[in-house]
Amino acid sequence: MMKRIKTLETRSLCESAKKGGCGECQTSCQSACKTSCGVANQKCENADK
Amino acid sequence: MVHQYQLNGYNIVLDTCSGAIHVVDEVAYDVIAMFEGHTPEEIVAAMLEKYAGRDDVTAEELRACIEDVQGLKDAGKLFTPDTFADMAGTFKERSGDVVKALCLHVAHTCNLNCSYCFASQGKYHGDRALMSFEVGKQALDFLIEHSGTRTNLEVDFFGGEPLMNWDVVKRLVEYARSIEKEKGKHFRFTLTTNGMLIDDDVIDFANREMSNVVLSLDGRKEIHDRLRVDYAGNGSYDRIVPKFQRLVEARGGKNYYMRGTFTHANPDFTNDVFHMADLGFTELSMEPVVCAPDDPAALTPEDLEVVKEQYEILAKDMLRREKEGKPITFYHYMLDLTGGPCIYKRISGCGSGTEYMAVTPWGDLYPCHQFVGEESYKLGNVWQGVTNTKLREEFRACNAYARPECADCWAKLYCSGGCAANAYHATGSIRGVYEAGCELFRKRIECAIMMKAAEEAAEEEA
Repeated sequence: MMKRIKTLETRSLCESAKKGGCGECQTSCQSACKTSCGVANQKCENADK
Repeated sequence: MVHQYQLNGYNIVLDTCSGAIHVVDEVAYDVIAMFEGHTPEEIVAAMLEKYAGRDDVTAEELRACIEDVQGLKDAGKLFTPDTFADMAGTFKERSGDVVKALCLHVAHTCNLNCSYCFASQGKYHGDRALMSFEVGKQALDFLIEHSGTRTNLEVDFFGGEPLMNWDVVKRLVEYARSIEKEKGKHFRFTLTTNGMLIDDDVIDFANREMSNVVLSLDGRKEIHDRLRVDYAGNGSYDRIVPKFQRLVEARGGKNYYMRGTFTHANPDFTNDVFHMADLGFTELSMEPVVCAPDDPAALTPEDLEVVKEQYEILAKDMLRREKEGKPITFYHYMLDLTGGPCIYKRISGCGSGTEYMAVTPWGDLYPCHQFVGEESYKLGNVWQGVTNTKLREEFRACNAYARPECADCWAKLYCSGGCAANAYHATGSIRGVYEAGCELFRKRIECAIMMKAAEEAAEEEA
């Protein structure tokens, strides 16, 4: 247990390289923005992650 | 690469390449800042001097903190080296020439005359036109034919104002539904509308068939009516708000966005977000205007500072609302830390010009809706497919590592190198950098992550 550091639970990007890239997730601009790119709020839809 | 920042009382440390996020106290914050390039002895000495008089900061305790930092580094959660740069260019090549999303411009005309419209009142600097069913059907066939192994296909009915061609929209949805099973595909439709023509039929059909509806509202009546006017110059607020409320209620309050644009007239846009919340809407999105710098609506450098402050105000107020059990969603603050996008998506971005294209009423293909009307950006058409393959390759080469300016940016795996259209409009090149947009983007991500830290803290407290 670290006294001064709290690590939030996140998906490891390095690990995601192993099984990622299925391309099933939503295209960013199809959701709400239409004028700026941001992929971080897209949900992963890989059935085999 | 590590990014450290302090916001709303939280000390936050991001490890860009692993995606790890650490919330730390001020001592660990300083230790991490010194960690690379200093010996443990130097760090201990500096901390003892800085925190002299604090009982909890001792040499022994500092050494334990340094060990924790080293442990995170060893576990690949801090100071993770960037190993993605070399493979970044290959990610989009893997998907070949697959197309999985289309923005169908079913109506290049509009019943509103908003002066700030990037689509130039729906005409995209060209002629008014409606897409025929035949062109739309060919677009759907083109999409299926080029979608490879992808199951989920996305189609956005866009304009101008798509409800001005509603019968064609309905026929296209029916056609897609009639073939999706045999083709092994699943269509997700989105409707983006200004609301003027919403009626019971639109509500029933949209709520049955559209995975998402995007409803254009700029917030406060005086702000909305200033720019979103009809051709007689009358504001549209009073006519559309009750219709939006009816549609959203019938939809069960889910899978929609109220989507506004803020301009030089309202850099204090949080008041518009809060106004939408007061109207009973909870799924909200407000975007900075996209226009030429000399346009009166354009945000000025002074506005940007106000906007950044507003993003903080919004994040803090959203936390307050969450605490009170009345949460609202802001599109740009939606981060799924455990179930979010993989590194492929983070590097590749929105897929404009490759996986995602816009289709004009005449069946021409463009890299995205924001390039429609720029003749030199025509990719091909829905009958012959992509014929300007050189242009497609230029878009394929756009990724989080394509721009030298992004090399030292901590946010590049959140924005994927940014919007190609914004870059083009700001610099004349899709490989350029729209710096004002970057500044706001970084601020939004900092706020969104701070909210995650606060939510985690609140959970622990509970």
